[in-house]
Amino acid sequence: MTFTTHTGNRGLVLEEKLIFEQGQAGRTGVDLPEPKGTKSRLGGLDRDSDVGLPGLSEPQVVRHFTRLSQKNFGIDSGFFPLGSCTMKHNPRINEKVARLPGLSDLHPMQPESTVQGALELMDQCAHWLLVLTGMPAVAMSPAAGAQGELCGMMAIRAALDARGENRRRVLVPESAHGTNPATAAACGFTVDSIPATEDGRVDLAAFEAKLGDDVAGIMLTNPNTCGLFERDVRKIADLVHEAGGYFYCDGANFNAIVGRVRPADLGIDAMHINLHKTFSTPHGGGGPGSGPVVFSDALAPFAPIPYVVRTENGFRLVETADENDGTKPFGRLKGFHGQMGMFIRALAYMKSHGSDGLRQASGDAVLNANYLLARLKDKLSVAYPGYCMHEALFDDGFLKDTGVSTLDLAKAIIDEGFHPMTMYFPLVVHGALLVEPTETETKESIDEFCDSVLHLVGKAQSGDAEFFKNAPYLTPRRRLDETAAARKPVLRWKPETA
Amino acid sequence: MRYLPLTSADRASMLETIGASSVEELYSDVPDGALLDAPVDLPSHLGEMQVERDMMALAAKNTGASSVPSFLGAGAYRHHVPATVDYVIQRGEFLTAYTPYQPEIAQGTLQYLFEFQTQVASITGMDVANASMWDGATSCAEAVLMACRATRRKKAVLSGGVHPHYREVTETYCQYSDTEVAGRDGNPEQQATVEELDDLIDDQTACVVVQYPDVFGRVQDHTKLAEVCHAKGALLVVVFTEAVAFGAIKSPGSFGADIVCGEGQSIGNALNYGGPYVGLFATTQKLVRQMPGRLCGETVDQDGKRGFVLTLSTREQHIRREKATSNICTNSGLCSLAFTVHMSLLGEDGYRRLATLNHENACKAADALDAVPGVTVVNDSFFNEFTVKLSKPAAEVVETLVAKNVLGGVPLSRLYPNRSDLDNYLLVAVTETNTDDDIAALADALKEALA
Ligand SMILES: Cc1ncc(COP(=O)(O)O)c(C=O)c1O
Repeated sequence: MTFTTHTGNRGLVLEEKLIFEQGQAGRTGVDLPEPKGTKSRLGGLDRDSDVGLPGLSEPQVVRHFTRLSQKNFGIDSGFFPLGSCTMKHNPRINEKVARLPGLSDLHPMQPESTVQGALELMDQCAHWLLVLTGMPAVAMSPAAGAQGELCGMMAIRAALDARGENRRRVLVPESAHGTNPATAAACGFTVDSIPATEDGRVDLAAFEAKLGDDVAGIMLTNPNTCGLFERDVRKIADLVHEAGGYFYCDGANFNAIVGRVRPADLGIDAMHINLHKTFSTPHGGGGPGSGPVVFSDALAPFAPIPYVVRTENGFRLVETADENDGTKPFGRLKGFHGQMGMFIRALAYMKSHGSDGLRQASGDAVLNANYLLARLKDKLSVAYPGYCMHEALFDDGFLKDTGVSTLDLAKAIIDEGFHPMTMYFPLVVHGALLVEPTETETKESIDEFCDSVLHLVGKAQSGDAEFFKNAPYLTPRRRLDETAAARKPVLRWKPETA
Repeated sequence: MRYLPLTSADRASMLETIGASSVEELYSDVPDGALLDAPVDLPSHLGEMQVERDMMALAAKNTGASSVPSFLGAGAYRHHVPATVDYVIQRGEFLTAYTPYQPEIAQGTLQYLFEFQTQVASITGMDVANASMWDGATSCAEAVLMACRATRRKKAVLSGGVHPHYREVTETYCQYSDTEVAGRDGNPEQQATVEELDDLIDDQTACVVVQYPDVFGRVQDHTKLAEVCHAKGALLVVVFTEAVAFGAIKSPGSFGADIVCGEGQSIGNALNYGGPYVGLFATTQKLVRQMPGRLCGETVDQDGKRGFVLTLSTREQHIRREKATSNICTNSGLCSLAFTVHMSLLGEDGYRRLATLNHENACKAADALDAVPGVTVVNDSFFNEFTVKLSKPAAEVVETLVAKNVLGGVPLSRLYPNRSDLDNYLLVAVTETNTDDDIAALADALKEALA
């Protein structure tokens, strides 16, 4: 039965105004002591106008954000197979320990003697990452995957500078994530795209033909963004090294191989690890992340400051370049020392799994993806043949002539109660649908998802395009007009002018 | 393993559906010899109780800044975070969501981002703000790069009052893009004048960057500097490390700043030993399309109801690739939620009062310390942080204070290791969390340490 309510609310689906539309002057959600009226020493710059913030009581604020939260889908809500993003369970023990007094309340500029446990924790987290990757060095400070890329590519620039070489071309597969070319450009490199073969991997001949003495290196994602292991990865490493370049590996898909394949054994020189993917630190609706970078011996001396060293007298935090220790850091990437809150969570995750559990997790992630692939491959169009790694990639061939697009299908999947897969990425596959179930999911939940998708695909193929064009129907908001948003951007609330 | 639901029976039946004999077979693309056949050399799995014990043991080796009188600032500040903030950010619908790529099931995230952008624009006095950056230092670097794009020039002048980490990160970001970073380290005893900065501006200067309040705590009017910059076709970038300050002092927007960015940790976020924090980034309407980072905008849905989406994404890496305004993807989502919730609780009255209390406490501490023999307060003006000159090297004094269970401040030598002329200076931050007893403890400890 459909009818409109007086309030616009629909049972538990509650409309919620902006805080700016519900405040009252004089209301507040905090009780702070009365100021004493001390004469100010603000250099004569005392604020003389209102900031323009609304006043709300604590219960209003709680209710506001609770209502907003109910318009969101998270991993806690349900199946979230967003390819390339590794939406795995976020254990609550990690949240608990990250909030321990003695960890969450450490100031980054405390004397070393008062933060030995914190430095030890960073060192332990680094140790796990080093053993899992087989690499000799790690920079912990990068804030996210993209900053990890910056870290790796800057180390390559610094190493080339040290060699006195002016190599400026970086080879990047067409299937790469947008952050790869953006990062290369930010380091002053030019981007040269390498095409993919029919089976979704780097075209070795095309790659070899592009090598030359102006090539700084390659940025390769492995497992790649098509969810496939680059079979020729060692050959690629050898070739780029012979040509005098370096091998940057985008480790966003490390979850497929943790505890089973060590990137060091593949010949890489640098790789970022998204702790917010592989090691379960929450995505938080967009961040924060953490992107430590492991380095080969060739690049290790150029790693940025700061870093932790273990000495006879405990742990030390090196914050400035020291000419005498043989290092030549390329600089500093971030204020202070990195995403400590994420190191705590990632370490708790790694300790919980142990080396046995991590290996089981990657195996289950790959098994889940291949199971999903097997269940869908006859009705959807598989982008590339063979087994996949931790994510399954389809193109939109199965929707040909239905009038239904990848986007339309995704919106209908929303109504079924799932978060859709990644759409239209990687760009090399037409209308891409990238599905990553992760090891978190049960066989039952994958079956339920596959059954729903197969049902929807049948419906699309039977000519009901109109249904898909108007999906979703059951969400707090229907399809949103993104074109209008971009044409005349409204990026903040403003008071009505009378 | 408690997080892994598949049973042996599940695995066997799934392999059968796949048509593979083992999980190892799924890894058949891995080159010979690279597939490990046993777990790596790390400890085995642990139950939740043991993990918690291990982490508590590490925590116990630290002295938390809330366990003793603490006066550290220099870019990170201890403030009281209301319990509501932590409750909201731990709601799974916020905590475990991804970037809002499917707006119909992410209106919660999108609406608070719109509120966040409005709050940031309001406190900085600017037209618009983005949906967050990684931290204050990276925001500063991105502001310089943005100014270079907007002016098509390749030089930035950084005032000596800019936090050394912000300067270092900016230099790091600029070094491989042919962008010159000019301007020298600062001096707590002497402030750069508008004329000195003016001299450094030439026809290649994209922007001048000042910090407000500056790294030594001083509060300075930059209206004249904005005029000088604009007359020469350069932008004024104002950075900040303490977002509470704008409750008490004029906004940078009121000076005529073009980009205002800095650290938002102070509001809603714990110290976390330096991260994760949240970069705030605001600018003028005119420069919106040059901005880095995600932006949330208002729109309507198919039924005409107001809703929110990520917008202007043609600036970003996933669309523009090597021509993007920045490579940033994952930002500081949950930290911006913490900021938004705390700001919502504060409101106009709470925010202004919080700032006033910080300033009053700092005034009280400055007077108490100035009375200690061997201590001189250097600043004429400050918000909640000021520099004192000691009769002994500050790093040693700070160690002595640790032995007396006081975290006494940040020695400038920690920020400027190559500036021996700054060895005797200490940066002291005082917030609403510091009690009168804390201040007395600091003054007493300093008295003994300097005697
Ligand atoms: C393949 C790939 N590379 C890089 C990134 C960038 O990582 P982050 O968002 O942590 O900066 C992503 C994240 O979406 C990715 O999927």
